[in-house]
Amino acid sequence: MKNSNQRPIWQKTLLGTATSVAMASVGVMGMAATASAEESFKVGFVTFLSGGASGPFGVPAAQGADIVIKAINEGSLPAPYDTKGVNGLTLESVVVDEAGGPTKQVEEYRNLVQRQDVDAVIGYISSGDCLAIGPVAEEMKMFTIAFDCGTSRLFQEIEDPQYMFRTGLDAVADNVGAARYLAETRPDAVRIAGIQQNYAWGQDSWQDFTLAMEQLMPEAEIVNNQTPQLFQGSYSTEISALQTQRPDIVHSSMWGGDMESFTAQANVRGLLSQATAILTTGESGLHRFDGQAPNGTILGGRGPFGGFMPENDLSEWFTEAYVAEHGTPPSYPASKAAQAVLALKFAADNSGADGVPSSEQLAEALKGAEFESVSGTVRMALAGGHQALQPMSYGEYHFENGEAELRNVRSYPGECVSAPDGYNAQQWIKEGFPGVDCN
Amino acid sequence: MILEKSEISLIGAAVALALASLVVPNWLVFTATLAISTALVVMGVVMLMRAGLVSFGQGLFYCLGGYAVGLGGRYLGITDALLLIVLGVAVTVGVAMILGLLVTRYREIFFAMLSLAFSMILYGLLVKSHGLGSTDGFGVVDWTILGFSPGSGESSSRIALLLALGLALGIALFLNRYFRSSLGLACEAIRENEVRVEYMGVSRKQVLYINYVIAAAVGSIGGSMTALAAGHVDPTMAYWTISGEFVFIAILGGTGHVAAPFIAALIFTLVRTYAIELAPNAWQMILGIVLLLIILFLPKGIWSLFTRKKGVA
Amino acid sequence: MLTVWAILIDGFIYASWLFLVAAGLTVIYGVMRILNMAHGSLYALGAYAAASALGWYYSGGGENLVMAFAIIAASAILIGALTGLAIERGILRLMYGRDEILMLLITFAVLLILEDVMKLIWGTTPYFAYQPYAALGRINIDVLTVSRYDLLVLVVSVVIGVGLWFWLERTKIGKILRSIIHDREVSEAMGVNVRRMFTITFMIGATLGAIAGGITAPIISVVPGLGIEVIVLAFAVVVTGGLGSITGAAVGAVIVGLARATSIHTMPELELFIIYAVMAGVLIFRPHGLFGQVIARKI
Repeated sequence: MKNSNQRPIWQKTLLGTATSVAMASVGVMGMAATASAEESFKVGFVTFLSGGASGPFGVPAAQGADIVIKAINEGSLPAPYDTKGVNGLTLESVVVDEAGGPTKQVEEYRNLVQRQDVDAVIGYISSGDCLAIGPVAEEMKMFTIAFDCGTSRLFQEIEDPQYMFRTGLDAVADNVGAARYLAETRPDAVRIAGIQQNYAWGQDSWQDFTLAMEQLMPEAEIVNNQTPQLFQGSYSTEISALQTQRPDIVHSSMWGGDMESFTAQANVRGLLSQATAILTTGESGLHRFDGQAPNGTILGGRGPFGGFMPENDLSEWFTEAYVAEHGTPPSYPASKAAQAVLALKFAADNSGADGVPSSEQLAEALKGAEFESVSGTVRMALAGGHQALQPMSYGEYHFENGEAELRNVRSYPGECVSAPDGYNAQQWIKEGFPGVDCN
Repeated sequence: MILEKSEISLIGAAVALALASLVVPNWLVFTATLAISTALVVMGVVMLMRAGLVSFGQGLFYCLGGYAVGLGGRYLGITDALLLIVLGVAVTVGVAMILGLLVTRYREIFFAMLSLAFSMILYGLLVKSHGLGSTDGFGVVDWTILGFSPGSGESSSRIALLLALGLALGIALFLNRYFRSSLGLACEAIRENEVRVEYMGVSRKQVLYINYVIAAAVGSIGGSMTALAAGHVDPTMAYWTISGEFVFIAILGGTGHVAAPFIAALIFTLVRTYAIELAPNAWQMILGIVLLLIILFLPKGIWSLFTRKKGVA
Repeated sequence: MLTVWAILIDGFIYASWLFLVAAGLTVIYGVMRILNMAHGSLYALGAYAAASALGWYYSGGGENLVMAFAIIAASAILIGALTGLAIERGILRLMYGRDEILMLLITFAVLLILEDVMKLIWGTTPYFAYQPYAALGRINIDVLTVSRYDLLVLVVSVVIGVGLWFWLERTKIGKILRSIIHDREVSEAMGVNVRRMFTITFMIGATLGAIAGGITAPIISVVPGLGIEVIVLAFAVVVTGGLGSITGAAVGAVIVGLARATSIHTMPELELFIIYAVMAGVLIFRPHGLFGQVIARKI
C-alpha cells in the first residue's frame, strides 16, 4: 500500500519534467531555425497534398508555383519579372499539406509563421480554410495571399483587411458568368437542373446561379437540384433523378475527379444528349476528358486561367515550361498558383525595402496595384484593394482528332460579374446588378 | 479537503506548464492549448473505455461544445468565455441525457457504430445549414473572460492556454477522484464482467448512463476550448475521422491515469506537426507506423512506460 | 410510376455495388472477429490496379472488351490476395488475441499506411479508365436509361454473393470456417488449423474488397482518399444487416440502396442522413442488426 501511494508523486514529477523538457527543447529548435534564415525570402505554400482535392487541384497548384519559383531564382522569367529573386533575395518555399480541416490549418499556419519563420504565406484551396485563416493572418500581421478559394464571405468577415489578399475571383463571378453565357448562347432553354456536391461550395454556387438566372433568364424554370456527397464517385441514381425531370441545361459546380466522373457517366447514360451541361470548374478536365464530354459542353475556368489564359509573354512562357516539365498544359489551379507567386514577386520588388520586405511593405505594394500575370493584367480593385478584379470566361468543349479545344469563348469583364465594394454579392444580384458594366 | 499526493503533482504540473508558457514560443502555446482541449475530449473516450465501451462518435459532443461557443457568441451576444463553455455543457448534457438512454444499452461494435451514426447525423445537419456557413463554418466572436478582454496577438493565446489549463486541472482533479469512487470502480467492474456486477446489486444501466453523460460534458468543454482558441468552428468537428483520432490518442495514452490523455495528446500533436513538416507526402504513414509500434510494444499505452519501471524496481 | 421504376432500378443497382463493397468486410469479421478498417484501402488498391492496368492495355491499342474485363479481374485479384497475405502475415499475425477494438485500431493504422503507399506508387493525378463503361453503352426505357455496365456489376454481385454462400454452406472448408465461427477453441482442439484458416479468410476478404474496387474503377475517376469514403458506408451496411452474415450484408445493402434511391428521387436533401438513419433505426429495434447473432456472455 505504501508503495502504491508513493507512486503518483514521482510519476507526476517525471511527467512534469519530461513535458517541460520536451517543450523547451522544441522551443530551442524553433529559435535555432530562425537564426539561419536571413539572406533568403521564405514563403509558406499551403495546398492539398492528400485527399480527393490533391490530384486535380493541390498538386498541379504546387507544380505551377514550383515552376515560377524556380524561374524567379534563375531570373529566367519574361519581363517585367526578369530580375533574379524577389527584391534580390532567393525565394525559398515550405510546402504544407492543406488536409485536416480549418482548426488544424490554423495550427499549421501559426507553425509556419512562428516556428518556420516564413516571410509570407500563399495558399488555401478550401473556402473553409480561407475563412479560418483570414482573421488569424490579420491578428498575426502576416502578408498572406489566398490563391484559389472561392467564398464571397472572405472579405465580408474581415473588417478593414490589412494583410490578407486574394489574387483570384470568388464563386459569385463563376455563376453570374455562367448565367450570362447561357442567356447569350442558349436563350431558348427553359428547364434548368443542377447537381452540386453537398457542401458549402456547392450550396453557394447553386444559390448564386439560381439568383442570377432569375434576373437574366426569368422565363427559365428551375426543375431539380441534386446534392451528392463529396467524392461519391458514382452518380447513377442522381442521373436517373435528373433524367426524369427532362432538363435542357444541367448546371454543376462539381470539381476534379467528381466532375470528370459525373460527365463521363452522364454522357454514357444519354443525359448529356438530352441536356447541355455547364460546368463552372470544367476547364480542369479540358485535357483529361478525351472525348468523354460531348462537344458543346460549356466549361468555365474560374477566370482567365488554364485554357482561357490570354496570349501574352508570361502565359506562353508558363505553358511551355509546364508542358516541358509535366507533359500536359497547365490547368487553372496551376495558373492561379503561378499568379499568386507573381503577385508576391511584384509586391516584393516594389516594396522599396532594403533586404527582406516586411509584411506591411508587401501589403502596401500590392494593395490596389496592377500587375502583369499569366492571366493578363490583374487589378487588385475589390475589397479595398485586396481582391483581384478579373474577367470571367466560358467556352464550349470541342474534341476532334484527339485534340481538345475551347470554341465560342466569351469573356465578361470584371465589373460585369463581380459585385462592387459595399455590396453583399447576393444583394447585388437580387437588385439587378447595380453599377454593372459589361463592355 | 486534504489534497492527495497525486493531486499535488497534478497541480504542480499545471503550474509548471503555466510558467513555461511565459518563455516558450507562441506557436507552442497555441499547439499546447489545442492539445489540452483535445485531451479533454479524449478523457471522455477514456472514461467510456474504462467501462468497456469505445465511442467512434465522441466528435458529437466536441462539435456541440464548439458550436455552442460559436452560436452563443454570434446570436445570443454572449462573449464571456466561461458562460459560453457553460452553455455548451448545458446543451451537451441535455443531448447526452436523451441519447444515453438508448446507446448505453449497446456494447462493443454496436455502441461504436451507433455513436458514430449520431455524430454523423449532426454533421449532416450542419452541412445542410447554409445559414451557418455549411462546411465552411464561421468565425467565433472575440471573447472576454470575467469582464477582461484578452485582445489579440500573443497575450490572447497565452490567456487561452491558462484558461484551458485551469479547466483541465479542475477536470483532472475531479476525474482522479471519480475513477476511485464507487461509481468509477463500478465502471471498471462492468468492463470485466457486467453480469456479476448486476448480481452484486449495482444497476449497470445507471452506472453506464451517468458515466456517459459526464464523458459527454467533458468532451463538450474540449470542443468549446478548441473553438475559443482556434477562433473558428466547422462541421468537420463531428466527422467520424475526428472521433477516430480521439480513440487513437486514447489508445496511445492508455487508461491508466488521468494524466495519460494529456501526455498522449501533446505527443500526438507534436508528432503530427513535425511529420507534416518533414514528410508532407507521407505523414499519414508515419502516424500509422507509430500507432502500430505503440500497440505492439506498449499495449497499455504510453502511461505503461511510467508504471512498468516502478514494477521492476 | 416512372419514379417508382426509377427508384427500384437505381436502388438495386446501388445495392449490388454496396454488397460488393461490404461482402469482404463481413466475411473477415464473421470468421476472425476483426472489423477491418483497411478494407477501404483494399478497395482503393483494387481500383488503382485495375485503372492503371486498363490504361496500359488501352494505350497499347487494345480494344477487346472481354480482354479488358479479364484485366480488371486479374489485376484486382492479384493485388487483393497479395496485399491481404502481406497484412495478415506481416501485421495481424503478431496481434491475434487482442481486444476487438484494439484490432480495429490496428487496421486503422494499416489504412493510414496504405493511403500513403498508394500515393507514393500512383501519385495524386486521377486515373480515368472509362473505356469499358463507355463501350457497353446503355439501354433506354422511356426517358430512363440504364448503363449496361451497371447491370454487369449487378450480375457480378449476385454471382459473388451466391458463390460465397455456397462456399460457406456447402464445402468442407466452409464447414471448418463455420466451426471456427461457432467456437474457436473447440475447433482448434478438434485439429483445425485456425491460423491457416485465418490466412485464407483474410486473403479472400481482401480480394473481395479489391474486386469491388476494380469493377468500380471504370465508372469513377480513381483519386487519393477513395477508400476512406467507402469504409463507413460498408460498415453501415454490415452493421445494419448483422455482422458476419452474408445474407445480412445482402439484405442490408438492398435496404440501404432502396432507401437512398427513394430519398434522391423524392427528397434529395435528405440523402446525407438516410444511411445513418436506417442504421440507427434498425439497431434500435434489432440491437445486433437484422441477421446478427446474439453472443451469450460467458461468465
